[in-house]
Formats: sequence, C-alpha cells, structure tokens
Amino acid sequence: MAIIPNPHKTTGFLGWIDDRFPLTKLWKDHISEYYAPKNFNWWYTFGSLALLVLVNQLLTGIFLTMHYKPDAAQAWHSVEYIMRDVPWGNIIRYLHSTGASAFFIVVYLHMYRGLMYGSYKKPRELIWIFGCLIFLALMAEAFCGYVLPWGQMSYWGAQVIISLFGAIPVVGPDLVVWIQGDYIPSDATLNRLFSLHVVAIPFVLVGLVVAHLMALHEVGSNNPDGIEIKKKKDANGIPLDGVPFHPYYTVKDILGVAVFLIVFLGVVFFAPDGGGYFLEKPNFQEANPMVTPEHITPAWYFGAFYAILRAIPDKLLGVVAMFGAVLILFALPWLDRSPVKSIRYKGPIFKTALALFTLAFIALSYFGMQAPTTLGTLISRIGTAIYFGFFLLMPFYSKIDKTKPEPERVTYEAH
Amino acid sequence: MKRINVYLRPLLLAITALGSANTHAAGAQAMPYHFEPDPDNLASVQRGARNFMNYCAGCHSMQHLRYNRLAADLGIPEDLLQKHLMFTTDKPGDPILSAMPATSAQWFGAKPPDLSVETRMRGPAWVYNYLMTFYVDPSRPLGTNNLMLPGASMPHVLGALQGWQIKEDHPASDGAEGHGTHAAPRFVLASAGKLSPQEYEKFVADTVNFMVYAAEPGRAGRIATGVKVMLFLLVFTVLAWLLKREYWKDVH
Amino acid sequence: MSNQGVDHGRRRFLTLTTTVVGGAGTVAAVWPFLASLKPSERAKALGAPVTVDVGKIEPGQRVIVAWRGKPVWFVRRTPEMLASLPKVAADLRDPESKEPQQPEYARNEARSIKPELLVMVGSCTHLGCSPTFRPDHPAPEIDANWQGGFYCPCHGSKFDLAGRVYKSVPAPLNLLVPPHRYKDDHTVVVGEDQTEAA
Repeated sequence: MAIIPNPHKTTGFLGWIDDRFPLTKLWKDHISEYYAPKNFNWWYTFGSLALLVLVNQLLTGIFLTMHYKPDAAQAWHSVEYIMRDVPWGNIIRYLHSTGASAFFIVVYLHMYRGLMYGSYKKPRELIWIFGCLIFLALMAEAFCGYVLPWGQMSYWGAQVIISLFGAIPVVGPDLVVWIQGDYIPSDATLNRLFSLHVVAIPFVLVGLVVAHLMALHEVGSNNPDGIEIKKKKDANGIPLDGVPFHPYYTVKDILGVAVFLIVFLGVVFFAPDGGGYFLEKPNFQEANPMVTPEHITPAWYFGAFYAILRAIPDKLLGVVAMFGAVLILFALPWLDRSPVKSIRYKGPIFKTALALFTLAFIALSYFGMQAPTTLGTLISRIGTAIYFGFFLLMPFYSKIDKTKPEPERVTYEAH
Repeated sequence: MKRINVYLRPLLLAITALGSANTHAAGAQAMPYHFEPDPDNLASVQRGARNFMNYCAGCHSMQHLRYNRLAADLGIPEDLLQKHLMFTTDKPGDPILSAMPATSAQWFGAKPPDLSVETRMRGPAWVYNYLMTFYVDPSRPLGTNNLMLPGASMPHVLGALQGWQIKEDHPASDGAEGHGTHAAPRFVLASAGKLSPQEYEKFVADTVNFMVYAAEPGRAGRIATGVKVMLFLLVFTVLAWLLKREYWKDVH
Repeated sequence: MSNQGVDHGRRRFLTLTTTVVGGAGTVAAVWPFLASLKPSERAKALGAPVTVDVGKIEPGQRVIVAWRGKPVWFVRRTPEMLASLPKVAADLRDPESKEPQQPEYARNEARSIKPELLVMVGSCTHLGCSPTFRPDHPAPEIDANWQGGFYCPCHGSKFDLAGRVYKSVPAPLNLLVPPHRYKDDHTVVVGEDQTEAA
C-alpha cells in the first residue's frame, strides 16, 4: 500500500519518520520557521533560561532522589550522606538547592518583562494565565522541596505554611491535621510532600510549560514595542520584522545561557550557601519539634508574600491577602485598559505605578525576611497597599493615562 | 469568635515563633573575638584534628565524617591515623562516634550534640568565641558559664589549657546604641593554664579550622572543580558571543 | 534580513567550534551524574575487608562469612577431599584454572594459599545463585563420578571441592576466589591481597 508522501518532501530515514510522525513539522513550527520579532532585548532570554533551570532541577532531582530517604528519622542524615559519601553528591545537591533560588530569580525577571511590555494583554491572556499557574505550581514545588532536608528551617517552615490553612473558618484545624496526616508535621507529612515534590507537581509543571509554549507559538511573541509583527507580512506571509527562531535566537540564547551559567555555577561552586539565603544555617540542624531555632525566616523568594501576611493585623485576612497577592496576577489581562502594551508608549501614570510596585515588591521581600519592627511593619503595610493598589486601581489609571502612539514597525538598530 | 481564636492559635504561635526568633537574633550577644576560618591551612587543620580527637571526641561525635576520608583529605598516613586519632574503632571506614555511653545525657542534662556540621549551623566565629569565653561562675552546677551560650551544660573541658578566667562587664553602656546588642565584656585570667593566651588562641583556631573542614569535606574539591568550570565557561562565552554576533549581521 | 556579504567560512567555523566546545562541556557535565551512581563511601565502608578467625573450623566443615554482602565460604578440606581433586580433573572445563577467577597466589590445583583451607565466593558464575555444599559421595543424582563439591540448585551447575566447574553445565567459569591474605596462622583477611608469597 502506497503511503501519501509527507508535505516536507523529506526522504530517507527522516522521510520515513515524517511519514509517520510530524518531526520536521514540529521543528519548523517551533524552531526554524517560528518567526520571532527581531527587536528582542536581553529581557527576553529569561524564558529560555527558565526552561534551562527547569531541566537542571529535573535532572539533579532525579539523581538526588536515588540517594535521599523520605523518612523523618533518616532524611536529614541522608542529605549529609549525599553531601559526603555519594561521589559528586555535594555538587548535585548544590546544583539543586541553588537551582531553586535561580528558578525564582529567573521567573521573577521573566514575569517582570511581561509586566513591562504588556505581554499579558490580548491576545496573550492564556499565555499569561498558564504562566501564573506555573508560578503557583513552582511555589508549591519549592515549599515541598524546602521541607525535604528535614532541618530546623524545613520543619518550622512546614509548621508555619501548613498552619496557614488553619485560618480557614470551621474546617481549618481539621484540614491542617489532614494535610499533615498527624497532629504535627511528621514522618507522614514528609513522605507526602516528597511524593508531591518528585512526582505530582513536576508532572503538572512540565505540562503547564508545554501549554505555555503552545499558546505562545499560536499567537506569536510580543516584543519591547508591544506591537504585532504579524500585521506586516511580506509576499510569502513571513512577518517583515520577524526572524526565524533558529538560528538567530538559538545563538542569542546560547550566549545568554553561557553568561547565566557563569553566575549560576559561580554560586554553586564558590558560594553555595548564597550568604545563608540559598541554604539557611538552621537547616544544618536536624528538625526538632520541641525547639524553634533562633534565626528563622521564610525562603527569600517568599519574602514579599510573607510580609503581606504579617502586614495585615487580622490573621484570616492576612492569609487571604497573601494568597490574594498571587491570585490577583491572574486578573491582570483584564485590569489593564491601556490602548498600548509596552511601557515605551505608556504614560507617566503607569510608569510611576510600575516603579512604585517594583519598590514595594523589593521592600516587602526585604522586610519579609527581617524581624518584625515598628518601621518594618509600617513599610510592609505601605508596600501591601501599593502592591494591591497597582493591580486594583489599574482599570482606572491605565484608562486615563496619556499614552504615546505606537510605531508601525518595531524599533531596531543593527549592531 | 472564641472558636475562631482556637482555630487560629497554631497559626499565631507559629508566626510568633518566626517573628520572635528574629528578635532574639537582633539581641544576640556580640562576639568579643574576631575570627576568620582558614580551612585551607592544612597544618592547622591537622593540628585541629588532633585537638578534636583528644579533647572533644570523647563526648562529641562527628557521625558524618569517616576516619578514612579525614586521613585522605588531610594527608594523614594510616599508621598515624590509627595511633593518634582513632580511639573508638579500628575500621578506617567508620564514622567518628564518641566514646560516650547512651546514658550520658544524665551527666550534663543534655546529650552532647553531634558536631559534624556545627560550624555551618552556628558559624565558625561563634564556635571560636564559644571556646574562648568560658568563665568562672559559682552559680552554675559545674562552676563555669559561657558568654556565647549562657547556661551551657558543657563543662570547660579546655580549662586546664586556657586557665580559668573571670568575666568583667563593662559599665552599663549597652542599650545606648539602640541595637540591643551587648557590648563585649572583658575576660581576666584568674589562674593560668598550661598554654599561654597566644598558644590557647592558636589551639582554638586550629580546632575550629578543623571543624570548618569537617562541616564540608568536599569544599576544597568543589572549589577546584569550580575553577576549571569557570575557565571553560569563559572560553565558551567568547565563542557564543562571536557566533551570535556573526549571525546577527544578517539582521538589519 | 539579508545574507549578502556573509563570510560563510567564518560562520561555519564558529558554528562548528561552538558546537564542539559546548558538546564537550555537556559530556563533561554528564560525568558527575553517572559517577554518583558508583558505590558510595558508606557502601565501600560496609564492603571493607573482613577479618576471619579460621582456627576453629573443623576438618570437612564449611563456614560462611559475608564480604561485600556476598557469602564467602571457608572450607577446611580433609586429606581425602584434597585427594579427590585429581580424580575429577577430566570432567572439568578449566581444571588448571587458566581463567582469571582467582588471584595469582591461588592459582594451583587446590585453588588456595594453604591447600587445606578453601576461601571462595559462594556465588555461582552462571547467574549468581549460591550453590549448596555437597561433600557427600557418591551422589549419582548429581554426577556419576561425584567426589563431593558444590551443586547449584538454580540451574544445576556443578563444581568440585576446589570450586572448579564441570563440563556441560550452564556455569561458564570456576567459582571466584576473593583476594585474601593470612594475617597470622589462623586469621584470614578477605578483601586484601597477599603482598608477598607467604
């Protein structure tokens, strides 16, 4: 029986594959004939870097799982076992622990890029929503992973975060016990968080990343000018301001990866503790449910949300505000009523609002990691107000803001 | 409303725990002695290993450090290892366990902690200051107290070496700075020990250097690998930059 | 976009160089992951040499000691047992122990340092079952010319009292003699080689 030849006219082994599987089609659609705007700046490397860090976490995680023991009596010791007895175990562990922080740095910058250039606006709402879901899954993944070494910080971190669910009226306390599978965070808790960390959440995370990329490649990438390159096409239907992802953005991303690796591996090899922020001192002591250690703070990447929790004097509202701070991101595509996407053409009100939001987020992250002081609480409250104000007032200020006209074509100067 | 308070109690307690922990941190005791660890000083680390095995390992284990790893990293031949460092086992692959029986907690009120990663938990400077600041305090059951860890249940094991010192507090100047840290008190030697103060400082520095090594035996190897990785990445980055620049000549 | 004035030679050279250097880096990065699967220091410590007091083993008796988790047999062979070795030589696959299944110092008819004391890893060279000790003979159900030896219950491999494998059985090689040495007359260290001819 004759086969209908594949449309790419490939022959030989590749042809055999293409007759049965869309290999060439996938390569063309997503790599060699995916036309990305030529005016990407360096902010646009964080997407591929996030993918790189995800691969790093999966790979190092697989190997750590081969040596780690998800058992309250053995977990902490098995981490030191990895650090000392397993050949190269210390490097693999540092790649994973530093990778966790790197993941948040890269993802925060990636999200900030979207915020600046309006990458969440129509028609990219679903890309943004998948991205928010990735962020949510990443937070859950990070929390579970944070508990696994079963040091003092792991234990009391688990205690605090799981207790948040206790703030839910009526069912709260029972919910906490159910989540823990015990009356305190214990062996049962560790075991289930391990399962979530190595199986369930990574599975969801990878699926969401695929969806995020599929949505992106469906509508095409935004760019620093925030205009649609698909509006101006040549005779062949190729965007005039687009360049094929490969080779132009592959070579650019390879350079981005090289620079990133210098910083990332610099930390891994020369300062894996990250000044006590990537590996916290109290975690070098095994979990002890009887004694809370003296120096204890949330992981730096949760600092802002933790500060919001503490800023609200009412506990239930505090928890609501903390979760709300993440959930409000989902609404962003519909909060921004500006006619333009990019900050380059937005007016002074939006620019001021974004600047204030940036300062507020940094301040919240900082004070979230400090002991509560009168000044810290005051700043955290102002920061919280700015954080929510940035989003909730956006429908108004983005509408009245004086925008500049968008250009017809992207701005790009050859180097 | 009362019910809700019951629900919220664990949360409140946990949050207070987090918060108050930091308050303690802010009010921590200032360290009177400055100390920079030097785990690359092999001779010092070797002396520290001897000090540790003779003065500390009787009570404190280092259950995550194996004798043969120690010997290999510090360049100690096996016969010297067996003779001078291994007291509780004859298998070089064994970890460093203390000679203390399980009932030891009754002697001091607390089981002497394992010291495998002590310097990563407390910081090397803290351990150095701890070993420097035992002082005579008749109100304590063992007659000594410690500046860094008030009410420490550990006796001043090194008293015969350091001698016995008395703490002299500064006139009340603390609080004035507003940071809540106490100004470091002064220590005066009441009776001399076997070592001069300089010798004792060196003794403690060696011991802490060893403990810093022991807290991360892979440190030296990690840094050595890191240097090679960085050299590779520099070459690769230059190539990647040239490649990017070459291709982007097409884009106008 | 235009490809005019492109130096294709330079472009190809840079692409090739970056690919080769990047590929080398990737291969190098794979190494730590594969190496992490080797026996850890703990496994090595547990697999450390084992010291065995062989003074109390009776003639004809077998004692089993664990070394690296595997059974190691100590058999004090009687003069009759040793005398049986040449009798079966014709039935054996490798009667002169040509295959490197023993340290050089145990390459002799009795496959041991001291003829009377057999030290051997009790793990069949076929698929790793532990053969049973069958000093009894005759045993026609095992072999018409059985002079005593080891019989593997899994797939019927047969070995003589020096662990030499019979012909026409699944096991390809003689049983393994582990590195061992005599610390003194009645103490054997398994896992360490004899340094000089003792």
